[in-house]
Amino acid sequence: MNARIGHIASNTFREAVRDRVLYNLIAFAVLLSGAAILVGQISIDIEKLVVINLGLTAVSLFGIVIAIFIGIGLVSKEIEKRTLYTVLSRPVRRWEFIVGKFFGLAGTLVVNTFFMAIGVFAALFYVAHKFVRADALILIALYFIVLEFLIICSLALLFSSFSSPLLSAVFAFSLFVIGSFAEDLRGFAGMAHGLTRWLATGAAYLVPNFSAFNVISSIAHEQPVAAQLIWHNTLYALFYAAMALSGAVLIFEHRNLK
Amino acid sequence: MKQRRKTSIVAGACLVFCLAASAVTLHGTDQLRPQGTLEDVLFITSPKVLKRASLGYDGLLADIYWTRVVQYFGFRHHNHSLSYNLLAPLLEITTHLDPHLVVAYQFGASFLAPAPPSGAGQPERAIQLMEYGIQNNPDNWHLYYDLGFVYYMNLKDYKKAADAFARGSKVPNAHPFLRLLAAQMAEHAGEFDTARMMWTATYQNSQDKLIRQNAVEHLRSLRVDEDVTNLQEAVTHFGERMGRLPVSMSELAAAEGLPGVPVDPDRHPYKLMPDGRVEVGVPDDFSFATRGLPPGYKPVTKFHDLQP
Amino acid sequence: MPAIEILGFEKTYMVGFWRKRPKCALSPLHLTVRDGEIFGFLGPNGAGKTTTLKLLMGLVFPTAGSARLLGQEWTDPRVKAQIGFLPEQPYFYDHLTAHELLNYYAQLSGVPGKERSRRVEAMLQRVGLPEVKGVQLRKFSKGMLQRVGIAQAILHDPKLVFFDEPMSGLDPMGRREVRDLMEQLKHEGKTVFFSTHILSDAEALCDRVAIIHKGELRGVGAVEDLTSSVQGKVEVIWQGTQVPTSMKALGAECHVTGDTVRAIISESQQDAAIDALRRERLRLISIVPVRTSLEAYFVEKLQRAETTAGRMA
Ligand SMILES: Nc1ncnc2c1ncn2[C@@H]1O[C@H](COP(=O)(O)OP(=O)(O)OP(=O)(O)O)[C@@H](O)[C@H]1O
Ligand SMILES: [Mg+2]
Repeated sequence: MNARIGHIASNTFREAVRDRVLYNLIAFAVLLSGAAILVGQISIDIEKLVVINLGLTAVSLFGIVIAIFIGIGLVSKEIEKRTLYTVLSRPVRRWEFIVGKFFGLAGTLVVNTFFMAIGVFAALFYVAHKFVRADALILIALYFIVLEFLIICSLALLFSSFSSPLLSAVFAFSLFVIGSFAEDLRGFAGMAHGLTRWLATGAAYLVPNFSAFNVISSIAHEQPVAAQLIWHNTLYALFYAAMALSGAVLIFEHRNLK
Repeated sequence: MKQRRKTSIVAGACLVFCLAASAVTLHGTDQLRPQGTLEDVLFITSPKVLKRASLGYDGLLADIYWTRVVQYFGFRHHNHSLSYNLLAPLLEITTHLDPHLVVAYQFGASFLAPAPPSGAGQPERAIQLMEYGIQNNPDNWHLYYDLGFVYYMNLKDYKKAADAFARGSKVPNAHPFLRLLAAQMAEHAGEFDTARMMWTATYQNSQDKLIRQNAVEHLRSLRVDEDVTNLQEAVTHFGERMGRLPVSMSELAAAEGLPGVPVDPDRHPYKLMPDGRVEVGVPDDFSFATRGLPPGYKPVTKFHDLQP
Repeated sequence: MPAIEILGFEKTYMVGFWRKRPKCALSPLHLTVRDGEIFGFLGPNGAGKTTTLKLLMGLVFPTAGSARLLGQEWTDPRVKAQIGFLPEQPYFYDHLTAHELLNYYAQLSGVPGKERSRRVEAMLQRVGLPEVKGVQLRKFSKGMLQRVGIAQAILHDPKLVFFDEPMSGLDPMGRREVRDLMEQLKHEGKTVFFSTHILSDAEALCDRVAIIHKGELRGVGAVEDLTSSVQGKVEVIWQGTQVPTSMKALGAECHVTGDTVRAIISESQQDAAIDALRRERLRLISIVPVRTSLEAYFVEKLQRAETTAGRMA
C-alpha cells in the first residue's frame, strides 16, 4: 500500500484516540458487566443468551454511533478548519486522502471492536464458567459487525465529502435504518408494478443491505452460519464500501476548498 | 488537470463496477437465504416483547411485519408449500403491533383456516385472531363476517357461524346481508347459493389482492361444481327417458333444450365421458372445484397471474 | 526556467444561496517569477492574493487558465514535493504536538525516515520554537502557530516557497526573524513568493513585486524601478532649529523636527544649498536623492485604478 495512505490512516487513528473515542469502552464495560452480574444472579437459564444478544447488539450499536460521528467529520471538518491546506499542498493526491481517512476510521473501529469482543467473551465466561465450540460462532457475528462498520464508515465519509456534519449524520443514520430493513424494502418493491417496481428495486439495491449481516439472534441460538454466507457478506461489504469510497473520491476530486 | 481527469475516470469506473458487483452479490446472498429473516424461525415470537422493543414506532413495525406476512404467504404459496407455520405468529405480531390493521385479520380468516395447500390449516388460530380483532375493533362488521365465514366454511359449525353473523348484524352500519346470512345458517339450505353469496361478499368486502383473488377462484370453482351437478342430473334424466346414455354433449344439450354445448367459466365446453360422467375441460384451471374432475385427480393450487 | 509562470489564471466564485451570481475574484492573471528571487505579491484586502495562492496549490480549481511551477504542470504531484506553502492564519491538527505535526508532514512530503526527527528538530529551532515538546497545538498562541506554519512550509527543503502573509500575528522580533529567514532561503537558492499588505516588508525584502487590486494586476517590476528617483530632487538634512533665509530663497519646502531640518530641493540647487549651510555654519547631516516609497507607488496605482473605474462608470 501507498505509504502516504498509511500515514494519513495512522494520523486519523491517533486523532480518534486523542479525542477520547475509546472511552466508550468504559460505558460498554459497565453495561455488559452490569448485565452479566444481573442475569448471573437471577439464573433463569438464558444467561448466555442474554449476554450474547446484549453484548453483540451493544458492540454493533456503539460501533455504528462511533463510525457515524467520526466519519461525518472526517472530510468536512478538515475543510472547515482548513487543516487540509497544508496536507493537499504536499504530494498527497486527493483520493489518497479519502482512502487514508477510511482506513484510519476502519482501524479505529476494529481496535474498538477487538476490546469489546474481549469484554463479551469475559462476560460469557462469567455466566457460563466455560467455553464451548459453538461460542466460536460469536467470532463470525463479530466479523459481520465489522463488515457492517466498513459500509457505514464509507457512507459517512461519502456524505462528509459534500455536506455538513449535521446533514451527513442524518443521512448516514437514515441509511443505516433503511439498510436494516432493506430486505423488506425489496419485498415492497417486489409487490409493486411497472415503473414503481423498477425504481423501488433500484433503490433497494442501492441502499446498503444489512439484513444478511445480522446473525446475532441466530448464533445466540447456536445456529450455524453457512460458510457461503461469510463469503457473500465479505464480498458485498467490500464492494459496497469501495463503491461509496469511489463516490467520495469523485466528489472530493472536484471540490473547491473553502 | 490531466491527473484529475484520470482519477475521476478510474473512480467512476470503480463506482459502477462495485455497484453492479454488490447487486450481484446481494442477489446471490438472497438465493442463499430465501426469506432469510423468516427461515422458519422467528427469534422474537412474543408480540409483547416486540412491541416494547419497537420503542414506540410500533405502527411502522406493524407495517413492516404486514409486508412480511404477505411475502411469506405469497412465496410459500407460489412454491406449493404445504406448511405455513409462521403465518399465524407473523399475523399475531402484526396485529399486536397495530390492532387496527383490519386487512391483517381478513387475511388471517382467508388463509389461516383452510387446509393446505390453500392455507395453513389452523382454523382455531384464525378464530383466535378474529376474536382478538373484534375485541379491538368491535364496530367493524367485516370482522364478524369473516369470523362467521371461518365457522361456516372451515369448521362447518353452522350454529357458531349464525351466531357470529348475528353479532355482526347488530353493529351500526352493518351490511344488511349479515342478518340474511344468520338466517340462512340456521336452515343451512341451498349449499351453492350460500357459498356463492359468501364468496361474493368476501370479494366485495376486501381490498386485498390475495383475498380477492382467492374469492374469485372459489366463485369460479363453485360455478363449475354447480354446472357439473346440473349436467350430471340431466344425464341421469336423459338415461331414464331414453334408456341409454347420451353419446355426446351436443345430443344432451339438444335433448335438454339448451342453447348450445354448455361451457365452463373459461368458455371451455364440458366433456361427456363414455361412462356418462361430466367432466370439466381443464381441471387445473379450477383449484377449488370438487366435481367434474377425472378420477384420481390431484388439484394443484395456484393463483393465476399472481406474482409472489 | 522561471520558477512560477501563471498563464491567465481566472477564478469566478458563485455566491448567493438560491440565486447564484458570479463573483470575479481573479481576472485573467499573467505573472512570471524568476528562479531564486524573493517576489512580493501586494494588494489591499480582498484583492485576490489568497485566491491566487490557493489556485497555485490546487486547493481550488481555476475557471480558466493554467500555471507552471518549476517548469511542470502546477497540479503534478511531483512538483508538490518541491514546494512549501504557508496558508494565511494557519490552523493545524490541534491534538498533535508540534513535533508530531511536523513529523506527519515530513512523512507526507516523503522525507526519508532517518532524517525526519533531525529535520523536525532543526526546523523548530529555526523558527524560534525550541521549547514546545509535549505541548499540543491547541495550546499554542497565534504567533506560535504562525511559526509552526513557517516550519512546515520549509520542512522538506522545497525549491519554491509560498507564504501567505507570513508576518501576520508575529511580534516585532518575529517579523525580523522571518525577514532574515526569507533572505537565508534566497541565499540557499530558493525562490520565495509571498503575499502581504505590509509594504515596508516588501520594500526591504523583495527583488520584485506585483501589485494586484480587485483581481487585476496593476503593476509588476523590480522594487528599485518602481521606487526610482523622482526627477532631480534631493533631500537635505542638517542640524539646527531654524531655516536660513538663503535656503528659503532656493524655494525649498522645509520641515523642522526636533533639532534637525529636512528640505527638499531640486538637484541643480544642491551646490548652492551646501554653500548656504556652510555660510551659516550649520552642520550638514545628509544629502540623498529622493525616491518614491513603494507605498506612494502603491497608493498611486490604486488611485489610478479608482479613477479609471470611475471614468468608465
Ligand atoms: N470561497 C469564496 N466564495 C466566494 N467569494 C470568495 C471566496 N473566497 C474569496 N472570495 C472573494 O474573492 C476576493 C478575493 O479574496 P482573497 O481572499 O483572494 O483576498 P486577499 O487578497 O487574500 O485579501 P486579504 O488581504 O484580506 O487576505 C474577495 O472579494 C472575496 O470576497
Ligand atoms: Mg488573503
